[in-house]
Amino acid sequence: MRLDAAWYDLRDIGNAVGALLEQIREWGAPDWVPYVTSSVIAIVGILLWTVLSVLAFIWIERRVVGLMQNRIGPNRVGPAGLLQPVADALKLLMKEAITTRNADKTLFWLAPIVVFIPTMVVFAVIPFGEKMVLADLNVGVLFLIAIGSINTIAVFMAGWSSNNKYALLGAMRTIAMLISYEIIQVLVLLGAVLFVGSMRLGDIVAWQDDYGVWLLFLQPLGVMGYVIAGAVEMNRSPMDIAEAESEIVAGYHTEYGGIKFGFFYQAEYLAGFAIAAVIVSLYMGGWTLWGLEEWVPGWLIFLAKMYGVFFIYIWSRGTLPRLRVDQLMAFAWKFLLPLALLNVLVVGGEVLLWQEQDLSSGEALPLFGAVNFGLAVALVIGWALALGHRRPEKVAHRAILTQELGAIFYGDIAPRP
Amino acid sequence: MMEDTGPVVAFWILAAITVGSALMVVAVRNLVHAVVYLILSFVGIGGLYITLSADFVAVTQILIYAGAISVLLLFAIVLTPRGSRDNAESFLRLPAVLVALLVGITLGYVALDTDWSIAGRGGFEETASEIGELLLDKYVLPFEIASVLLLVAMMGAIVIVRPEGTMEPVDPSTRLRTGFAQDGEAEA
Repeated sequence: MRLDAAWYDLRDIGNAVGALLEQIREWGAPDWVPYVTSSVIAIVGILLWTVLSVLAFIWIERRVVGLMQNRIGPNRVGPAGLLQPVADALKLLMKEAITTRNADKTLFWLAPIVVFIPTMVVFAVIPFGEKMVLADLNVGVLFLIAIGSINTIAVFMAGWSSNNKYALLGAMRTIAMLISYEIIQVLVLLGAVLFVGSMRLGDIVAWQDDYGVWLLFLQPLGVMGYVIAGAVEMNRSPMDIAEAESEIVAGYHTEYGGIKFGFFYQAEYLAGFAIAAVIVSLYMGGWTLWGLEEWVPGWLIFLAKMYGVFFIYIWSRGTLPRLRVDQLMAFAWKFLLPLALLNVLVVGGEVLLWQEQDLSSGEALPLFGAVNFGLAVALVIGWALALGHRRPEKVAHRAILTQELGAIFYGDIAPRP
Repeated sequence: MMEDTGPVVAFWILAAITVGSALMVVAVRNLVHAVVYLILSFVGIGGLYITLSADFVAVTQILIYAGAISVLLLFAIVLTPRGSRDNAESFLRLPAVLVALLVGITLGYVALDTDWSIAGRGGFEETASEIGELLLDKYVLPFEIASVLLLVAMMGAIVIVRPEGTMEPVDPSTRLRTGFAQDGEAEA
């Protein structure tokens, strides 16, 4: 803290903004001017950053998934295909905005806008740095879940107004999916909130900084649940049944084209960034990194962590097969829900123990971490076995269907039992 | 608080949104449009809670009403035959107008007649923890009764939905196939 939080202290852009606001106040402006100025700065900053990130990640994702799937990916527009996202964006902007004849016109136009708003609003409560948060609500975690739940409506509006079977099917799937996983989300986030004792995201980051431990290590089950529920919320494979191309064309945005589709596309990416940002803030220490934030700007640490988490989602998209609808539902209600409930019980017990027994944090937290980690492994394996899922066999099999259809194989293939 | 123009302006805008969209719910013929207006009305009420500095209640309003109850309504519309078309003629139109008028008059009379006292304190700092403590301390009995009621309702719904004769516990060997069907399980 040698720079003493002066305006040129770029470790936290909030310093510069704070100095500017102070200056405006000195000029004798009424109270609302600094307030509006700070909001506008934050909103413009977040908007610019999200647009740039989305453009960058469209390229990164396509190249990385291309690598994973043993193909090249976009490499024609610009050096190494770097300008491909820009070309795509221009194409989407210039396309004719088609509205199908039998569509419900109002809702059809409204849906892309409604889907976009909540994904942007979520970033208001994300602490990018100590002073870099637009509105550090004291019900931040609940706000995240509430705003996320509005997505459901937008998707339904899109699917229903398209007047298309596949669109409606996609919308119904989304609703079933989001409602189920919202419960998981609430329960796993409750674990983190119970540990910290506050729903303010700034407090949660500060707590992790104070005790020098990420909630990731205290809440392995919670992180697992939230990562999976997040994949559902952002509609990415392996949970993208709402727009499963091979089953229902493109789900709820089948009838959308041009910039209206662009809105859905961008909203999906933004939801991904938002989920990654929430995971980083809640479970991975946010903008802190055990003292490194003294030297490196905290928001850079935050962005690095966030992009890292988002990369995991790209990775899983490139490698995991899509789940079926019933599998996804069964997974939520039969597997994740009991584990999440148990997690809440265990965390409640631990917090009570911590307070009642007057344990020091040095004794309590490693103990809780070890217990929770062991419990997480035991519960995941035990509950899966209890539900009747056996360990996958190590031997690779041909798909059942091809053999049953009488396909002819060459070479050494073990006959099926 | 009232010398600030901000909350007053916000109140009137939100009140207009809430009441206007509530009126549109009954006025529009298309049922899905009605639900969308209803959601807008819920969001407006959430905004009104924010102007009253009841942040927890406001967020809960969005989460429960705009996020969950409305989805329930949408499901009901989609699963109703003819529901996706429009709000058909009803022979109950006249009684409905009458009842609505009576309710409105009663509420208006109460609102105008009551001698409202103006709170002499500023906004709340933080409501979530206060609400939590009250729910688990002073109002623990109503809280528990409500939870048990909801649980019973949920179980009842499951019982009603299941087909006849499937209430006996499922044989574990058949249960295997409900989740992730695995390689070689068909023979098991």
